[in-house]
Amino acid sequence: MEAPYAIEMLHITKRFPGIIANDDITLQLKKGEIHALLGENGAGKSTLMSVLFGLYQAEEGVIKKDGKEVQIRNPNDANDLGIGMVHQHFKLVECFSVLDNIILGIEPTKNGFLQKKEAREKVMALSEKYGLAVNPDALIEDITVGMQQRTEILKMLYRDNEILIFDEPTAVLTPQEIEELMQIMRNLAAEGKSILFISHKLAEIMAVADRCSVLRKGKYIGTVETKNTTMEQLSAMMVGRNVNFHVEKKPQHLGEVILDVDNISVASKVHKKDAVKNVSFKVRAGEIVCIAGIDGNGQTELVYGLSGLEPLKSGHITLKGQDITNASIRKRSTSGMSHIPEDRHKHGLVLDYPLEYNLILQRYFEPEFTDKAGFLKRGPIRSYADRLIEQYDVRSGQGAVTPARSMSGGNQQKAIIAREIDKDPDLLIAVQPTRGLDVGAIEYIHKQLVAQRDAGKAVLLVSLELDEVMDVPDRILVMYEGEIVGELDPKTTTQEELGLYMAGAKRNEVKA
Amino acid sequence: MKKFLKNDAVQSLIASLLCILMGLLIGYIVLLFINSAGAGNAILDVLKNFMKTSNPERRVRLLGATLVRTAPLLMCGLSVLFAYKVGLFNIGTAGQYVAGVCASLYAALAWGWGWLPCMLFAIVSGAVLGAIVGFLKAYRNVNEVISGIMLNWIALYTSNMILTLQKQEASHYTLKLKENAPQAILPSLGLDKLFNYDKVSIAIPLAILLAVAVYIVLNRTKFGYELRATGNNKNAAKYAGMAEKRNIILTLIISGGLAGIGGAMLYLTDIEQWSVTATSVPGMGFNGIAATFLGGLNPIGTIFSSFFIQHITDGGPNVDTNLYCAQISDLITAIIIYLCGFVLFLKTAMNRAIDRSAERKAQKEKALAAEKGGEK
Ligand SMILES: Nc1ncnc2c1ncn2[C@@H]1O[C@H](COP(=O)(O)OP(=O)(O)OP(=O)(O)O)[C@@H](O)[C@H]1O
Ligand SMILES: [Mg+2]
Repeated sequence: MEAPYAIEMLHITKRFPGIIANDDITLQLKKGEIHALLGENGAGKSTLMSVLFGLYQAEEGVIKKDGKEVQIRNPNDANDLGIGMVHQHFKLVECFSVLDNIILGIEPTKNGFLQKKEAREKVMALSEKYGLAVNPDALIEDITVGMQQRTEILKMLYRDNEILIFDEPTAVLTPQEIEELMQIMRNLAAEGKSILFISHKLAEIMAVADRCSVLRKGKYIGTVETKNTTMEQLSAMMVGRNVNFHVEKKPQHLGEVILDVDNISVASKVHKKDAVKNVSFKVRAGEIVCIAGIDGNGQTELVYGLSGLEPLKSGHITLKGQDITNASIRKRSTSGMSHIPEDRHKHGLVLDYPLEYNLILQRYFEPEFTDKAGFLKRGPIRSYADRLIEQYDVRSGQGAVTPARSMSGGNQQKAIIAREIDKDPDLLIAVQPTRGLDVGAIEYIHKQLVAQRDAGKAVLLVSLELDEVMDVPDRILVMYEGEIVGELDPKTTTQEELGLYMAGAKRNEVKA
Repeated sequence: MKKFLKNDAVQSLIASLLCILMGLLIGYIVLLFINSAGAGNAILDVLKNFMKTSNPERRVRLLGATLVRTAPLLMCGLSVLFAYKVGLFNIGTAGQYVAGVCASLYAALAWGWGWLPCMLFAIVSGAVLGAIVGFLKAYRNVNEVISGIMLNWIALYTSNMILTLQKQEASHYTLKLKENAPQAILPSLGLDKLFNYDKVSIAIPLAILLAVAVYIVLNRTKFGYELRATGNNKNAAKYAGMAEKRNIILTLIISGGLAGIGGAMLYLTDIEQWSVTATSVPGMGFNGIAATFLGGLNPIGTIFSSFFIQHITDGGPNVDTNLYCAQISDLITAIIIYLCGFVLFLKTAMNRAIDRSAERKAQKEKALAAEKGGEK
């Protein structure tokens, strides 16, 4: 008789310094099913998947494939068993092409020479078959995250993997891309491939998964059939309480103009045209303005221009009446600008620093943390870090001294948010601040953004998440191909209308 | 025990020791091939260095000689380490060291400067060379390895040219300090008596002090915080508003200064005269790279690794040249030094092994528990 389970992970326990990341967890993946894994930030989802993929060795427990016990000591073993994984933070070689990344490690050779032509044919065939559009010759550093992810998926398929692990694949995608990815996953499952799917978005889980297992603080809570459950039930299983999905806001008290963006353009890194074209808008004290749009329409470059990471080609930026067009990054920061960056690993964190050092990254030079002779004040740094960790519920194995690298993705994000909000800025630029956070944490962050607004600060939110765009801001500016093509009021507009603007099918004149 | 083994410092230490053992083993095998009879003794001779002689007075004297050369090696190691923490590979250390030698000797012999100004001048010269590399890197994005290598040769031949003005008439060596510039010889603070060797000077305690200073600057100051952040993640450093260009240049200035003072520390003892016909950059700067890695990229560790490397280098000539050709000592020490570069690799391998053994233990325990359960 054929075993019903493709993969069984039985009584898995994995400890890290100061924490039991997986505590006696059992997970059974049926053949051809899409199995979702749900849990708060730091619940141990990535760790469990890393055990299955051979990146970590569990201290206890067994793994069975098709009913037979197997040893998975490293990713090569996993690959031999047909297990592939798309990591939460992609593992691609930035300066290699898409094709080179896909065949990396199993390059077809003949007499020692690369046979790229065959590889290219196979990749293109797979790409065609599953609707995974990629440009095989583009360099990873030049393509969108969406295409990077398709590259990762092709990497698994190229290796003929049967068990596919997706660790938070949708966190970085646009709604359209998510829709496509879910269709791809359904196709793969229909072909008999078994899929493990991690997501914090309950709607996605309800839409695509057959079953869902829930973890909480390293422990196994249970497995449910998605057709017999509701989103409320799932979130209650996950956090142990009911989560309020809707953002409560007080009436607005508009103040003076904090940020005045006047006709700015920013050059593009990838093509000759400008990524941001003559954009003008204002953000006032006491309001949350959201830049909405499909990923890659110039939002990233707009924020780089505002924060000083890239120079402007033309135009002016004024912060609180002060011209900061040519000001240094440090000057902007000390003048009252905070910036939650889009890419937490690239900009947001020094991964090899402990958490406490990351929490002072924007303030280490202040007298509170550095004395006159230039020495770091270790006592105050520690107590400051401890306060933020406590206040923002940043979970980690060893508290302030935990290396940032070993923290779960969502908790890394929370650390950045704590740092930037606690700076008490006049203008908070938040780029996808809730990416990768669990529903409880999202609720908390949204409350924080609204609290900033209510305290008379200006908030510029950049989001790809339709729910967030509709729920959090007071005003929506839609960006399309580097221009602001419309201003919408979230109270009166609909998701459909927003979608039309985002797709470039509709535009109205925006008065700056 | 497992916790102890997981400690980073402990791991570095074990990895360093393993590297040394591997180096010795390979050296031994090479010797076996050449002449199996004397291999064991030859390796022991290298390792013994000053311990080989049974005369206690000679022993301390030889130990002193090793220490005299340890000081400059440590400075070169610190020079490499400092730049490495910022993500820069300062291969120019070798040339900056030469600049330090040249500056200190010339100031001493031509201008009659005292030891302290000579030493400061050496620091400045090394720092200037470092600054050139730094400017090229920061403003022209020239790879520091390439510009460093080029500058090594420029420094070597410029120094030869300058020091030709201060050479002995009958040889190609620079003038002895003892007769021509005794004011420039480093004071010994009684260390010469202790080691019964007049070349032992304040350079040694000074080098150790500087190692501690480097440790403090890197780990306890705002400047060090910025440097290490830049080394670990350039983009995050930029995002946090750190002045990247300024930090790159400052780092290489300091790195060059450390190498420069190393040159003064050796030549101002008058232990050696510079050969103005030298056609190769002295190995001191390059050995500094090995010292840094063997020292686990830690300034304090580098103190010990520098001593060890100098120890076996000095032990090399002990090998019996009747059995082996004279170059064999260099080969053996080179093999050992070469393997010093594998410290980081070994550390990773060790971590894996620890995880494995923990896993096996857990499985065994579980099997035992299951058996017991079965008996009941
Ligand atoms: N390599 C590591 N070393 C030490 N601790 C670790 C390591 N990896 C993970 N942890 C800890 O284990 C716990 C679980 O982390 P994991 O990454 O599995 O969480 P997660 O469920 O994937 O969370 P998220 O939704 O935020 O990605 C966290 O507390 C984390 O700090
Ligand atoms: Mg995770």
